[in-house]
Amino acid sequence: MSDAEAVADTAPLPQIDPARAIEVIAGFIREQMAQAGFERLVIGLSGGVDSGTVAFLAARAVGAENLLAVRMPYRTSSEASETDAMRVVDALGCRTERVDITPMVEPMLALIDDDDPAALNVRRGNVMARQRMIVLYDRSAAEDALVIGTSNKTEALLGYGTLHGDMAAALAPIGDLYKTQLRAVARELGVPEEVVAKPPSADLWPGQTDEGELGRSYESLDRALYALVDRRWSVDRCVAAGLPRELVEWVERRVARMEFKRQLPPVAKLSLRTPGIDHLYPRRRPGSRR
Amino acid sequence: MEYRIALAQIAPRLGDLEANLELVADRARAASADGVDLLVLPELALTGYLLQDLVPDVAMRATDPRLLGVGDAASGMLVAVGFVEETAEHRFCNSVALVRDGTLIGLHRKVYLPTYGLFDEGRFTRAGDRVRTHDTGAPIGRIGLSVCEDFWHPSLPMLQALDGAALLVNVAAGPSRAPGGPAGMAAIGGWHKMQDTYALLGTVPLAFCNRVGNEEGLTFWGGSRVVAADGSTVVQAPLWEEALVVGTLSTDDLRIQRYGLPLLADERLELVRRELDRIIAERAGMEPPPDADPEPEPEA
Repeated sequence: MSDAEAVADTAPLPQIDPARAIEVIAGFIREQMAQAGFERLVIGLSGGVDSGTVAFLAARAVGAENLLAVRMPYRTSSEASETDAMRVVDALGCRTERVDITPMVEPMLALIDDDDPAALNVRRGNVMARQRMIVLYDRSAAEDALVIGTSNKTEALLGYGTLHGDMAAALAPIGDLYKTQLRAVARELGVPEEVVAKPPSADLWPGQTDEGELGRSYESLDRALYALVDRRWSVDRCVAAGLPRELVEWVERRVARMEFKRQLPPVAKLSLRTPGIDHLYPRRRPGSRR
Repeated sequence: MEYRIALAQIAPRLGDLEANLELVADRARAASADGVDLLVLPELALTGYLLQDLVPDVAMRATDPRLLGVGDAASGMLVAVGFVEETAEHRFCNSVALVRDGTLIGLHRKVYLPTYGLFDEGRFTRAGDRVRTHDTGAPIGRIGLSVCEDFWHPSLPMLQALDGAALLVNVAAGPSRAPGGPAGMAAIGGWHKMQDTYALLGTVPLAFCNRVGNEEGLTFWGGSRVVAADGSTVVQAPLWEEALVVGTLSTDDLRIQRYGLPLLADERLELVRRELDRIIAERAGMEPPPDADPEPEPEA
């Protein structure tokens, strides 16, 4: 037995029944929209597998005619991203708009300087992600629509996303799907293979890839996350199961360090009832529907 | 004698009493037209599940005409339905009512409120403290009511079987996890295994009605079923989808089953009680009760 097979046996990838997951998520989208009183959705379509999959799920749930896909390139965004985004649009037949964010972000980017090139990249990337959020929320107001989110579970746990940027959304249909599970769901949905198979990238600067930036493959990250989070394994148990200690410890630290990105900000409690602490309600109540 | 049970596997609207009363009335009309003796609706069918601080807004007394009238369309039909109960002392409970012809026949307040993992029930509702059975007369006889998590504690259905239940009725709002994955299916398999076992060991048929639909990200899995006293499945609703399924049970089958497998009659209740008293005392760090060891074993 090879090392890879041994790890596969003892620290497996999370499994999913793609057809069942699609039904559950489509039902979730429909129910959330019915409860909130909306009929339309807006999505930021990057050309990547996450937004492509969510676009397919949204079309499955509410019909492609109720989906607006907004493409928001920056001047350095790759042509391939645009081509792949259009593959998704063409496959679904949904409406689409192209909004170039370059003139919106350039004045802000001109103000940013940082001696550390990595930190500069992150700051510039955050500006772009937040500008796209502004565009999406403006389009959602104009369209009387909800912004549907495209963050997956791997990203959410690792905090690999921009707070108030790509993480901002009204609902998170793939927030409990690991990246490797998501690919299976994408294929079941019929997302174009070029979109599913290409290396994931935030495309915030030329040549950027997720796996290059994170320094680990999604497959190894998902094995570690699944063991640590879903199965509540200790680091030692993960290592005994064949996962590299360096990987497991890095993942564990990062999940803990990024907890703040998964929560609303803490409120300094003063009163008898405080929103989020002891004033707790479903997002929409009867009579509060639009 | 045969009787028919309908399970209405519905998706209630969260917090919307009016819509849910209409939904329940619709299923009552359908079941009544089908000549059903007992209609079972899910846990919190009148209110939805993830209510949080909406609990006091949707609560009603067990004497509320809206509750007692859920089966108005169906003369003589028993209806078991989940709701938020506010007691005279303003205790808010996750309860199931058994009504017929505008009269309350039975009431059970959920004893085990799951407050772990994805569940937070103990934060918003208070636990019941009674396990009883309710005589409904012919054809069904005594019914033991319970709510969802109550069934994960085998003492509860076994007490009801020992208390003379000829039918166990469990109403549920079971959310799915890891749909399609082995863990998710194992949870559903666990529910069904447990029901088969209670029926078999309690020599008592049971009706389980679980809701479907989605609330705030939770998807409820359905899979409602009627199980005969020998542990065999009489009827099972589909997973995930709304459905109204009907199963027929026979009181003759129960009689024959209990003659062939007299587990209830043979149960050593005095032994169970004595050992329970001892275990309770030991867990509380108290002296064992005086009859804990009626005939001490000889010294080795």
